[in-house]
Amino acid sequence: MNRSKLYPLLVPTVAVLIALAVASVIIIVIGKNPITAYAVMIKGAFGGAEQLANTIVKMTPLVLTGLAVGFGFRAGVFNIGAEGQMAIGALIGSMVAINMGAVPSIISIPIVIITGMLGGALWASIAGFLKAFTGAHEVISTIMLNWIAANLASFMVTGPLAVGSGTPKSPEIAESAKLPIILKVQATELSIGIIIAVVVAIIMQIILERTTMGYELKGVGFNPYAAEYGGISIKKSIILTMAISGALAGMAGIIDIMGVPPHRFVGELTGGRGFDGITIALIGRNNPVGIIFAALLIAALRTGSNAMQISAQIPDDIVIIIQGIVIFLVAAERIVATIIYWKRKRGELA
Amino acid sequence: MSWIEAIFSILVNPLFYKLMLLSATPLIFASLGGVYSESTGVTNIALEGIMLMGAFVSIVFTQITGNPWIGVLVAVIVGLGFSWLHAWASIRWSANQIVSATALIIIAQGITSFLMKPIFGHEGQTDFIGKIGDFEIPFLKKIPFIGDIFGELSPFVYIALGLVALSWFIMYKTPLGLRMRAVGENPEAADTLGIDVYKTRYFGVLMSGVLASLGGAFLSVGELGRFVENMIHGRGFIALAAMILGNWNPAGAMWAALLFGAAEAMNLQLQSSSIVSVSATVKPLFNMLPFVVTLIVVGGFIGKTRPPAADGIPYEKE
Repeated sequence: MNRSKLYPLLVPTVAVLIALAVASVIIIVIGKNPITAYAVMIKGAFGGAEQLANTIVKMTPLVLTGLAVGFGFRAGVFNIGAEGQMAIGALIGSMVAINMGAVPSIISIPIVIITGMLGGALWASIAGFLKAFTGAHEVISTIMLNWIAANLASFMVTGPLAVGSGTPKSPEIAESAKLPIILKVQATELSIGIIIAVVVAIIMQIILERTTMGYELKGVGFNPYAAEYGGISIKKSIILTMAISGALAGMAGIIDIMGVPPHRFVGELTGGRGFDGITIALIGRNNPVGIIFAALLIAALRTGSNAMQISAQIPDDIVIIIQGIVIFLVAAERIVATIIYWKRKRGELA
Repeated sequence: MSWIEAIFSILVNPLFYKLMLLSATPLIFASLGGVYSESTGVTNIALEGIMLMGAFVSIVFTQITGNPWIGVLVAVIVGLGFSWLHAWASIRWSANQIVSATALIIIAQGITSFLMKPIFGHEGQTDFIGKIGDFEIPFLKKIPFIGDIFGELSPFVYIALGLVALSWFIMYKTPLGLRMRAVGENPEAADTLGIDVYKTRYFGVLMSGVLASLGGAFLSVGELGRFVENMIHGRGFIALAAMILGNWNPAGAMWAALLFGAAEAMNLQLQSSSIVSVSATVKPLFNMLPFVVTLIVVGGFIGKTRPPAADGIPYEKE
């Protein structure tokens, strides 16, 4: 039984190590030294107070998108649209935050976060409704919603919300809607966003493990037919799951705008942070605490890869390849776990 | 000029139909790929990633050899290898097919943008590398209207249409097609009848790799002559929607791809012609349309379709 307790940790760790090994082969192919590259990467992510602060700033929305995708997985929904939900959350939240001038922070911050969450939840619910009522696969519908969100976002910053000249952008959000800074290291400001993200992860853990709703959602994820037989409405569960997942992604978007300069909505999609949620959820085994550490790992890879690009001239896209390999291995490795499970069960029966 | 007049003037212009064919061609290739894979019971949402690899590899090998056809050939081989990864994970390891395919999309994005700099010296897009010229049919060209559409076209368009006919024939008129559909509908029964479920599924997924990478190669060496980062731009997913709308049937997928092609051509014509002034501000709203249409299609608002019964379900031999 000891082995089975360690097993969930073992799979993602091995996956990450194999991915790093494959990536180093690719680095050698382009004529660079992988050991130097990884050394620069680690130094760039953890080498000093500023590097560490940068990593934590990057980590903040990743915890939330990881939770968004991981929560969906737990309830049997593959939400690949965190990217679009994050953008819509940031958009709707910003529109409210811009007009929060006279409102004190204590009121304006919660209102802005909630509207951001609602934006993400509504956007994701479209896919939830389609899956529940027409059976449309959420993977295709959420990807389409990502593209629609991207175009909607760029429409908003070139049209109705546009301000100034140069790159399209919205006005800056009101001072009272910005998150308080807990630490300032040179140019990097670390806001309370990270605390909010960690608290949300703990709340998610409690919902999943200690409440009836969490039990029902997990039941549907584990076996929808058994759950329906047990009196749980699958339709309701799918829509609710999508909405909660989207709310978390929307929160990632608005927290990023509230916590990180330039505090404006710039209309682009989120630079792949919604997709990072998939890697993070898989590495963290859909467990909120695991997701916090997985988000730290991916954030470190990302800040570190910036340093690697600058001082070792290795394209930072190497991180995307690493993430892809990790996802692939976890997908295939999950099955290995299933085979072991079935073998053991069959052994018991015989 | 009113909108109705503008749309009418586009509809009577042969250029619109030519653009429709060109916009539909990558979708036809990729949606045919989807038909092969899914009719044997393996979902393949990695089409987007395979197309991206095809687009990239064909340009790289056009650069190296100077011959775009060799580029296409290598792209097909790479598409085969890349889709083999998906087949291996989902058939051999019964992996979650959605997760494994997502991984491939991410890997394709990573590899293509990673290799851009070392191979071509800069990011974003490559210089013009070379493309496969249009194919001219002199006697067709003389016919008014029809000639303006079909007289001079990229050979990929004819290849795509030919493959639709061939695939339809394979799927419905040969023992191989019968086996594929049997494996996709009821693998247990097919197994009992002595059909090799695994081999048939490998065939389906590998064909999807060949076809999707052809679709990608068309976009780069068939149309633009260069590679642009993330140039597939969701077409892999629109192809999946075309496959669904076409009811997992090669001919149906083609008609659906043509419908999406028409939407894209209409969008392009409206934006490029000065018939209706489309300001830069509303352009994104126009660009949104194909994805909205796909969402409506996938949502089942245009008729009900039914996937192969065993689609997406791993098969484990007893």
